[in-house]
Amino acid sequence: MPRLINRRPARAAATGLAVLPFLLAAVVYLTASQWRLAANPDDKLLPSPAAMVEAVGRLAFEPDRRSGGYVFWRDTAASLGRLLSGVGWAALIGLVFGVAVGLLPYLRAALTPFIAVLSMIPPLAVLPILFIVLGLGETAKIALIAIGIAPFLIRDLALQVEALPAEQLIKAQTLGANTAQIVCRVVLPQALPRLIDAVRLALGSAWLFLIAAEAIAATEGLGYRIFLVRLYLAMDVILPYVAWITVLAYAMDWALRLAKDRLFPWARAT
Amino acid sequence: MAWLSIRNLWLCFGEQVVLERIDLDVEAGSFCTIVGASGCGKSSFLRILLGELTPTRGRVLLDGRPLPAEPGPDRGVVFQRYSVFPHLTAEENVAVGLELARARWLGRCFGRRRRALLAEARRWLEEVGLGAAARRYPAQLSGGMQQRLAIAQALAVAPRLLLLDEPFGALDPGVRADMHALVGGLWRRLGMTVFMVTHDIQEAFALGTRVLVFDKVRLDPQAPGAYGATITYDLPLDRRRTPAETEQVAARCRRTEAFLGGAG
Repeated sequence: MPRLINRRPARAAATGLAVLPFLLAAVVYLTASQWRLAANPDDKLLPSPAAMVEAVGRLAFEPDRRSGGYVFWRDTAASLGRLLSGVGWAALIGLVFGVAVGLLPYLRAALTPFIAVLSMIPPLAVLPILFIVLGLGETAKIALIAIGIAPFLIRDLALQVEALPAEQLIKAQTLGANTAQIVCRVVLPQALPRLIDAVRLALGSAWLFLIAAEAIAATEGLGYRIFLVRLYLAMDVILPYVAWITVLAYAMDWALRLAKDRLFPWARAT
Repeated sequence: MAWLSIRNLWLCFGEQVVLERIDLDVEAGSFCTIVGASGCGKSSFLRILLGELTPTRGRVLLDGRPLPAEPGPDRGVVFQRYSVFPHLTAEENVAVGLELARARWLGRCFGRRRRALLAEARRWLEEVGLGAAARRYPAQLSGGMQQRLAIAQALAVAPRLLLLDEPFGALDPGVRADMHALVGGLWRRLGMTVFMVTHDIQEAFALGTRVLVFDKVRLDPQAPGAYGATITYDLPLDRRRTPAETEQVAARCRRTEAFLGGAG
């Protein structure tokens, strides 16, 4: 009898095992939902799949009576726009400061403690300040996401740049490289795939900050809608919206992983 | 004055003396091999020549001028590991040195200029026997091939001084013999000066025109860091020697080996 750590599922079995928890969760939900609806057909807590499809269909494919737009898609576009701007700014800030702090000893000495302190500020505690200073518009929400994940990206990237073998930097100098050339040819190309990995790790937090900002001040967006319909206990909208957010987040993670493998094939081999 | 001249060089880290009283004159075109026990400062000596470490005392003159305090294109280097860039293919690894000299800011050329440099890089790869691997990334190359690549990369920018820090230490014996033939041949043809640190005394005698043995002559058991290593043996070898001299050198080699107590 081989040890447990040496027993591996075959390929088909592994796929089956991966699907199993999803199936189980679905079965548990459907059973509970049916059971509750049988006791009370007006129960709002665990709506049936049909009710959810109908609710989302109404939001996605019927124009809103007041605004004339399709609420579901407008929410999606608004949230994705905010998220991508926030993450984009954070990635840019993370790359610039991460590389600078990781590579230049003077900047490292000057900024490392400051960034370590900054990263300990809870971003949600800063949200009121952002609303006061930047107003209730898009800027404050994008700023919250950027402020929320940028310190992590800076620190992660700075560590990654510092971890580059010293031999590489010396080698580049013996090939005649100046600092700018070392950044362009040695550090940046190796920092980019690591930035993608760091962004993947930070995506969860980015969604958290997005939903929080939308819950407090917005007129559209996935997070706004969830908190709005909460007032009517509209679980038939909330649950599909949560699932949709999860799908979007997972798709982004997957796309980033694919982009990294395509753009930086060498990073997979090492 | 000799091409490379070192006078009373000391290297200390705080209280600890690593190298002391090193005097050395080396003519251009020499192949100096450096042997010594582990931790005797032979790599530190190489890193001083490289410009990575600054000597605590003494002076190093290269061609009559003080050695610059940071690495530069006049001194090439091959380390035991991490000598090549993992994100560049073999041909890009060699071409990058050529591009750096031509593109001041980005360090990258485009279009026809880049293609010409890549062609030149491939000629270097042919030279070291990597012609067929031009498009591969270092991670796809064996240890020996990576070191060949590192040598081609260093030589492509035509350094006057080539520094090798145990370049073949991690290679199999058979591969190492091939590398000796390669490095010996390139050195004879290109006429640069070489310093090579090695653990392998056979290698030191097989390749060098001059073998430098680093060791501590003074030792205080109460304070192991109080004295540093210096050059204890400086053995010039004539590459075109007679059989009688060969025997003499071999005898010296045996003595040195006995002296080092198998530390190498």
